[in-house]
Amino acid sequence: MNSTTTRRTRAAATGAAAVAALLALTACGGDGQGAAGEPETPDEPVDLRMTVWTADETQLAQFQEIADAYVEANPDLVSGVTFEPVPFEDYTTSLTTQLAGGNAPDLAWILESYAPEFVESGALVDVGPVLEQTEGYEYDDLLDSSLSLWQKDGGLYAYPFSNSPFGIFVNTDQVEAAGQENPADLVAAGDWTYDNARDIAAAAAEKSGKQGLVVRDFDFQAWENLSSVWDGWGAAPWSEDGTQCTFTDPAMVDALTWIHDATFTDGAMPGPGTTADFFAGDAAMTITQISRASSLDDSFAWDVVPLPAGPAGQQNVIGQAGIGVFAAGEHPDVAADFLAWFTNPENAATLAAYFPPPRESLLNAADLAAANPLLSEEQLQAVVVDGIQDAVTKPTHQNFAKLQETVRAQLDGLWTADADVEAVLTDTCGAIQPLLED
Amino acid sequence: MPGSALRRRDAAVGYTMVAPAVLGAVAFVVAPLVAVVWYSLHEWNVLASTFTFTGGDNYARMLEDPGLRDSLVASLWFSVGLVVLNVTLALGLAVLLNQRLPGTTTFRTFFFSPVVVSLVAWTIVWSFLLQADGGINGFLSTVGIDGPNWLRGETTAMLSVIVVQVFKNVGLNMILFLAALQGVPEEIQEAARIDGAGAWRRFRSITLPLISPTLLLVSILTIVGSLEVFAQIAVLTGGGPGTSTTVLVYYLYQQAFRFNDFGYASAVSVLLFVIVLVLTLVQWQTRKRWVFHEV
Repeated sequence: MNSTTTRRTRAAATGAAAVAALLALTACGGDGQGAAGEPETPDEPVDLRMTVWTADETQLAQFQEIADAYVEANPDLVSGVTFEPVPFEDYTTSLTTQLAGGNAPDLAWILESYAPEFVESGALVDVGPVLEQTEGYEYDDLLDSSLSLWQKDGGLYAYPFSNSPFGIFVNTDQVEAAGQENPADLVAAGDWTYDNARDIAAAAAEKSGKQGLVVRDFDFQAWENLSSVWDGWGAAPWSEDGTQCTFTDPAMVDALTWIHDATFTDGAMPGPGTTADFFAGDAAMTITQISRASSLDDSFAWDVVPLPAGPAGQQNVIGQAGIGVFAAGEHPDVAADFLAWFTNPENAATLAAYFPPPRESLLNAADLAAANPLLSEEQLQAVVVDGIQDAVTKPTHQNFAKLQETVRAQLDGLWTADADVEAVLTDTCGAIQPLLED
Repeated sequence: MPGSALRRRDAAVGYTMVAPAVLGAVAFVVAPLVAVVWYSLHEWNVLASTFTFTGGDNYARMLEDPGLRDSLVASLWFSVGLVVLNVTLALGLAVLLNQRLPGTTTFRTFFFSPVVVSLVAWTIVWSFLLQADGGINGFLSTVGIDGPNWLRGETTAMLSVIVVQVFKNVGLNMILFLAALQGVPEEIQEAARIDGAGAWRRFRSITLPLISPTLLLVSILTIVGSLEVFAQIAVLTGGGPGTSTTVLVYYLYQQAFRFNDFGYASAVSVLLFVIVLVLTLVQWQTRKRWVFHEV
C-alpha cells in the first residue's frame, strides 16, 4: 500500500516536472521592447536566419550574394546567413507559429497590413539607432513617408526595404489579338481608366478564351489586394484612424459594384475558383507589384503601365514590406548589424532591381534602370518613380488578422452573380465595427 | 528473499522496456494535455509575448462568442453528415464485397487505396476536381448538367468536404466491417434461411447484432475522427464561404495561429477534449443496449 502511494507521488512529480519544463520552454521569453545595440563579438560566429516570402531564385541569389559579402567582412560575428522562403499565402501565420514554438527567426520580412500589429506588439527591436549610427548608412536619405508605418514613439521597428508600386502588366500579344487599343497609348492620351481597362480585358478574354484582368494574390480571399482598384474610387475599408467602418460609404459601394459586375457580368475578371497566372500567359492583364517583373520571360510580349484612373482620379498604391529584427531571436544585435549592411546605400541600389528602396537618392529612373534591365527607363519613370509619389499603402490596422478573416467571411456573400452589394457591405460593417473599436 | 530480489529485477527490466513508450506518452500526450488546461487559464499573445493569468475569463468568453457557436454548428453538421454517410456506405460496401463474386478483390483494393494516400495530396487533387471549371463540372456538362461552384456555396462546400473525407476513409471502415462479417457463422444464417427468414430479416436479426461490436468501434472512431478534421478544411475551403465550414478545430487554429490568441485557443481545445470525451463515454455507456456481445 505504502509503496503504491510513493510510486504514485513520484509519477505525479515526474509529470509535473515535465509540464513545468514544457511551460518554461514555450511560454516565457518576452523581455519587452528595447533597441538593438552594438553587437558584441560572440564566442563563436553565429548563424542568422531571415524569413522571406519570395521563392524567386534570382532574388534569393542576390540576397545571398549580399549576405556572403557581410560574412566575409565580419568573420568573427557571423558564419552564415540563411534566407528561408515561406509561401506568401501563409506567411504571417507561419511566422507567428515559429514565434509560438520558441523558434523566432533573427530577421523577417513583414507585410505592411500587419505592420501596426507587429510594431505595437513589442516583438521587434528598435533598429533606428543602429541604422543611424552605422557609418556610411545615410539615414537622412530615407523617406519619412516610407518610414512612418514602422515607427512608434521615435523608434523604428522595421526597415521598409520594398516600396513596390502597383501597376498593370499587360500581355500585349493578347490585347492586340483582340483588336484592342494598347494600354500604353491610352495612358499617353489620358484615357487610361478602369472602365477602358475592363473593356479591353473583357474583349481579350473573349478572344483568347483565357482570363482578362487578374488582381494578383486576391483569389477571393486576400480582399485587401482589391485596394489597388478601389483606391481609384477614393474608397477605404475603414477611417484613417481605424475606428470607423467605411465599407458602406458610396465610394466603396460603387467600387465593389464595379468589381462585382466586371467579374460576373462583363467577364473581364476571373470568377471565384478560377486560377489564372498572368506570368504563365493565362490572362491579358494583371494588377500586381513591380517586384513581380522577375517572373517575366520572353514567352509573350508585355508592357507595364500605371494603375488606371477611377471616378476619383488616378491613385498610386504601393505595397510596402519591412524587415524587422525579433527580440526573441538569438542574436538581435548581430541581426540589426546585418540589416544595416543589407540595406546600406550600395546594397539598396542592387536590391532596387526588384524592391524600390525608401532612399530618395535612388528613386530616379536612371539608377533604377541600372539595377533592372527588364524594364525600360520610361516604364520605370512612369510606374516606379511617379508611382511612389503621393502613394497610399494597402489597408493596415493594429487588429488586422481578425479584420482580414471577418471581412473575408462577409465578402464571400458578394462573390455570387446575384449578390446584393449594399446588403453585404452593411453586414460587413456590422461584423467589423466591434473589432475596429477593440 | 531471493525471490523478491528476482521480482524486483524483473520489475526493473519490465519498467525499462515500457519506459520509451510511457515517456513518449507523457511528453507528447499527457504533458501537453495538462499544459493546455494551464494555458487556457491565461491570456497568451505570442506576438506580444504576454502570458497573464486570467482565471476563467477565456471560458466565460466562450459562452458569448458567436464565432464559436457557428463553429459548433458547422462541426455538428459535418459530424452527422460524415458519420451517417461513412458508416452506411462502409457497411453497404462490406456487405456487397462479402459476396463470393468475381472482381471483389479488385473492388476492395479500389476502395481501400485512398486510405493509404497522403491526406493533403488527396485533398489537393479534389480541390482541382471541385473547382468551378474543374473535372466534376466538366463531367457533369457532358451529360447536360450545369454544375454548381462546389466550394463557393455554403451547402455544397460542406457537402464537398464531407464527401472528400468519406471517400478518403470509407475503405478502412469497410475492411473492419468486412472482417466482422466474415466472423458471422454461416450455420446461423443457414438455420435462419431454413426457418424461412428473408435476406433483410437475416441482416437485421442476425448479421447486425453479431457485428454490433464493430459497429460501436467504427462509430466511435468516425465520430472522434470527424471532430478532428482540419487539413481538408484548410485546403478546400479555408473555413468559407462565410464561416460555413469553419469547424471547431479550424476555429481553434484561427484563434491560435492567425489571431495569436493562444490562451483562448487552449480553452477551445479543452472544450473539444470534453466533447470527444463525453461522446465516447455516452457511446460506451449505451453499448449495453445495442451491442450484442463483447469481443
